[in-house]
Amino acid sequence: MKHRSPSEHPHGQRARAPAKSPSSPPLLQQQQHAMEDNAPSNPRELTQNPLKKIWMPCKNGLPEKHISQRKVCMTNCPTLIVTVGLPARGKTYISKKLTRYLNWIGVPTREFNVGQYRRELLKIYKSFEFFRPDNEEGLRIRRQCASAALNDVRQYLTSGGQVAVFDATNTTRERRDTILQFADQNGFKVFFVESVCEDPDVIQENIVQVKLGSPDYTNCNSDEAVEDFMKRIKCYENSYETLDEVLDRDLSYIKIIDVGQRYLVNRVLDHIQSRIVYYLMNIHITPRSIYLCRHGESELNVKGCIGGDSGLTLRGKEFAKKLSQFIQTQHISDLKIWTSQMKRTIQTAEALHVPYEQWKVLNEIDAGVCEELMYEEIQENYPLEFALRDQDKYRYRYPKGESYEDLVQRLEPVIMELERQENVLVVCHQAVMRCLLAYFLDKTAEELPYLKCPLHTVLKLTPVAYGCKVESIHLNVEAVDTHREKPENVNIHRTTADALQTIPAHF
Amino acid sequence: MGCNGRSRRGSSVPQFCNSPTMLVMVGLPARGKTYISKKLTRYLNWIGVPTKVFNVGQYRRQAVTTYKNFEFFKPDNEEAMKIRKACASAALKDVATYFSKEHGQVAVFDATNTTRERRAIILSFAKERGYKVFFVESICEDPEIIAENIKQVKFGSPDYADRDYDEAMEDFIQRIDCYRASYMSIDDEKDRNLSYIKIFDVGSRYLVNRVQDHIQSRIVYYLMNIHVTPRSIYLSRHGESELNLLGRIGGDSGLSPRGQKYANALATFIKNQNINDLKVWTSHMKRTIQTAQTLAVPYEQWKALNEIDAGVCEEMTYEEIQEHFTEEFALRDQDKYRYRYPKGESYEDLVHRLEPVIMELERQENVLVVCHQAVMRCLLAYFLDKPGGELPYLRCPLHTVLKLTPVAYGCKVESFYLNIEAVNTHRDRPGNVDVSRDPQEALQTVPDHV
Repeated sequence: MKHRSPSEHPHGQRARAPAKSPSSPPLLQQQQHAMEDNAPSNPRELTQNPLKKIWMPCKNGLPEKHISQRKVCMTNCPTLIVTVGLPARGKTYISKKLTRYLNWIGVPTREFNVGQYRRELLKIYKSFEFFRPDNEEGLRIRRQCASAALNDVRQYLTSGGQVAVFDATNTTRERRDTILQFADQNGFKVFFVESVCEDPDVIQENIVQVKLGSPDYTNCNSDEAVEDFMKRIKCYENSYETLDEVLDRDLSYIKIIDVGQRYLVNRVLDHIQSRIVYYLMNIHITPRSIYLCRHGESELNVKGCIGGDSGLTLRGKEFAKKLSQFIQTQHISDLKIWTSQMKRTIQTAEALHVPYEQWKVLNEIDAGVCEELMYEEIQENYPLEFALRDQDKYRYRYPKGESYEDLVQRLEPVIMELERQENVLVVCHQAVMRCLLAYFLDKTAEELPYLKCPLHTVLKLTPVAYGCKVESIHLNVEAVDTHREKPENVNIHRTTADALQTIPAHF
Repeated sequence: MGCNGRSRRGSSVPQFCNSPTMLVMVGLPARGKTYISKKLTRYLNWIGVPTKVFNVGQYRRQAVTTYKNFEFFKPDNEEAMKIRKACASAALKDVATYFSKEHGQVAVFDATNTTRERRAIILSFAKERGYKVFFVESICEDPEIIAENIKQVKFGSPDYADRDYDEAMEDFIQRIDCYRASYMSIDDEKDRNLSYIKIFDVGSRYLVNRVQDHIQSRIVYYLMNIHVTPRSIYLSRHGESELNLLGRIGGDSGLSPRGQKYANALATFIKNQNINDLKVWTSHMKRTIQTAQTLAVPYEQWKALNEIDAGVCEEMTYEEIQEHFTEEFALRDQDKYRYRYPKGESYEDLVHRLEPVIMELERQENVLVVCHQAVMRCLLAYFLDKPGGELPYLRCPLHTVLKLTPVAYGCKVESFYLNIEAVNTHRDRPGNVDVSRDPQEALQTVPDHV
C-alpha cells in the first residue's frame, strides 16, 4: 500500500523532554555561500515506471534500486496479532474478518488457527474430554499444535508476510508469555485482541452459527453438539486469566467487551495497530444485507466507450424502474442508498424515489487519457498501455488516471462505513463494484479486476458464519456486456487482433 | 446513520448528520480538556462538520471580571457556586442557540463536569432537545504532565496575568484540590448506558463505551491518534517547476534550474535543523520527488498529496482558462473553496482526500511534507484553523519552508525563505467575480510569468 507510513515510536508515552533544540542558523549567509560555490549537484534522473506511473530514480534509463525506493510498508517489523478468549467468543470470526480486511488494503496477512492444527494431528474428535485440564495427553498435543503454528508464523513473517493472526484461546498468562518470548526472539510486535462476553444468547447464537457446522461435530445432532461444546467451554473457564489492567499494562491490546459495546485499548504502538483498532471498533454482527449494483445501462456503455459521465439509455431507465420494484418487494428495514457523483448512478437512484447519499469516492475508476475511448481506440492510440494493462490489470495505472490499487485505497472509507451500517444499497460502477465485491468475498488482487459484475444485476450479500452469502438477481432488462476478459496474448508486440480478442460486442 | 433528506449537493462525502451532538468534557483541571476541545473542534471544522467550543471558564471570567484566588472554587463558597451554575446554564443556552439557529452540528462543552449531578443536568438538557451526548473524560495522575500543563497554558491565562510563576502554580494546585473531593469519574457500571471515551495518562490507555454513530466513531479514532510529544512539521512546496515558469497550472513537469537550486538549499536547511528522526513525504508527482531526491534520505510517496486536479484546465495558463472557460473561471472566483473544475476537483474534495494524511501527521512526530500549492493550503488551514473562505487564498509561495510547532493551544509558525528566486504563483481574488466581467478584470490578479 502506497500511502501510509509507519510510526516507529511508541505512542501514548508521556511527553518527553523536547529533542535537541533545532538550531536556526544565520541561514541567509550560509545560503549565499553555497550558491556561489557550486553549481547545483546533478539532479538524479527520474524515470516513470510504465505500469504504475510511479516516478523513481534511474541510471542510464533503467530504474535504480535506491534506499528511497524501498517498498512502502505500513509497519517496520512484522506484527503478530494474538486472539484471547474462551471458546465461542468470536475469535475466529474476528481473525478471519481482520485478515480479509488487511489483505484487501494491501497488507499481506494470514491467520493461523490452532484448532485446525489440532484437527490435522488428531483426525477424530471424540468429546470435550480432550480439553479437560487434567488430560495430560491432550495438553501435550495442544502444546505441540501451538508450537507448530508458531513455527509457521515465523516462516510466514520472514518470507513476505507482514501480519500473522494467531487464533487460539490463549487464555492463560503462561501461554501468552510463551508467545511474547517467541515474538521477542524474532523481532515481531505483538498485539492482543481479547473478546470477553458473558451474554448467553450471543454465545448460543455463536455455537449455532459456527460450531454445529464444524468438522468436530459432523456426526452429532444439534443438541449433543451444543451440550458437548458447553462442557468444552467449562474446561477453559477455571484457568482463564483475562488481560489485566495492572499486570499487563505494558502490553499492547484491545479488549472487546460484549460484542463491541465497550472497548479497552492499551498502548497502541504504531499505524497498523491504530488501523486495526479502528476497524475492530466499527464492525458489528447485527444481521443485515448489502446490495451492490451498477447504474443502469448508459449511452457510453452501448457505444463501447469507457468512463465518461453519460446518462441512462432507455433500457437503463427501465432497469432503474425494475430496481425500484425489486427493492420494494425485498421489504428492507431502514435501507440506506448510496450513489457516486456521476450522472448515471444518480439517475438510477432517482427512480427509487427515496433519499440517497452521493459519495465522490464511489466514482468510476479514472481512465485518464483513455476516458470515453472505445477499446479499439485505446489499442490504436495507446497499444503499449493497453498491453501493460493486460499484464497487470490490478496495478496498472492509466496515464493521468488511476489503477485498481488506487481505487481500493479510495474506497476504504466506504468499506469502513459499510461495516458500521446495516442495510445498504450501493449503486456504483463496474470497477468500483469489483473492488467492493473482492472485499466481501475475499478475492485476491489478481482475481479482482476480472470479477463479473454485469449491468442490470443486483448482488445481495448477507454475512453468514465466517463468510458471505451471495445471491445474484438479474432484473430481466437487456443490456450490453461490458466485461472484457484477459486476452491470451499480453505481449506489447501483439497484433491488434490479439489485443481486441476479448472485447465485448457493442454498437 | 445517514441523513434523511437530500445530501449537500457537490460535497465529496455524505453529511452524516442526524441529531446534533454534544461532546461533554470531564476531568480535573489541567487534564487537557481545553486542549482536546480546541483540537477536536479544529479537526471537525476542517473535515466539514460545523463545531464550536463552549468553555465555561470563559463565561465565568465574563461574570466575575477579576479572579482573586482559588477560594472562588472552594466547594463551600455558596456565592461562587451560584455564579458557576449560572455560567454553565448560560453556556448550555448558547449551545441550544448554536444548534437551532446557527446550523451547528457538534458543540463541545468544555468544563470540569466532575460530578454526576452536573452531568445529569447536561444529560436531561440534551434529552429534552434531542441532542446526542458523548463524554470525553481525561484521567491523569502523573505530576510531571500536570505541572507541564499548568506551565504551558495556565500561566498565560487571564486569571494569572498579574501573578508570578510560583504564586500562580501554588494557587492553581489548590484550585485542583477544590475539585478533588467531589470528583466522581464516569462509572463503568452505573454509567454503562452512556456513550463515552476515557483517556488515561495522555493516551496510554482508552476505555470506549457505546459508540452510537459515525461521527462518534471518527472522534474516537482521532482522539486515539493524537499525542503531545513535542515535534515539528515542516511544509514546503516542490522547487519551481518548468510549468510554473510558464504560468501553467497542474501537469507533471520537472524542476527548473532554480527549482533544483531550491532542492539543494532545502537539503542544507534540513541538515542544519538537526531534526531527530525526520520522515519525508512527497506526492506521486515528479516535481516533489525530484525535490526530495536531493535530500538524500528515504522518503514516502503519497498519491493523496498530489496537486488538485484541474480537470479540463490542466496545464493551461489563466489567460487560456479565461478564454476557453470564461464562466468556469468566474464561478471559481465566486466560491474558490467549493468550486470543482470540470472533470477535476475542488478544494473541498482535496480536504477529504487529505484527511488520512492529517491523521497520519497526528500520529507521527517530525515530518517534512514536500507538496503543492493547493495541498499545502489545505494542510496549513488545518493546523492554523483557517475557514473554507480563507483557505484557498493562504499564501504558500515557492521556495519557502513553513515550520509548524504545536505550542499551548495552537501552532507556532516560522517561515524560512531559502533565498532562491522563483515565480509567484499566488492569484488573489479579483475585484469583479461576475460572469459578465471583462477579461482584464478577470486577469487583474494573475501573477507574472514567461
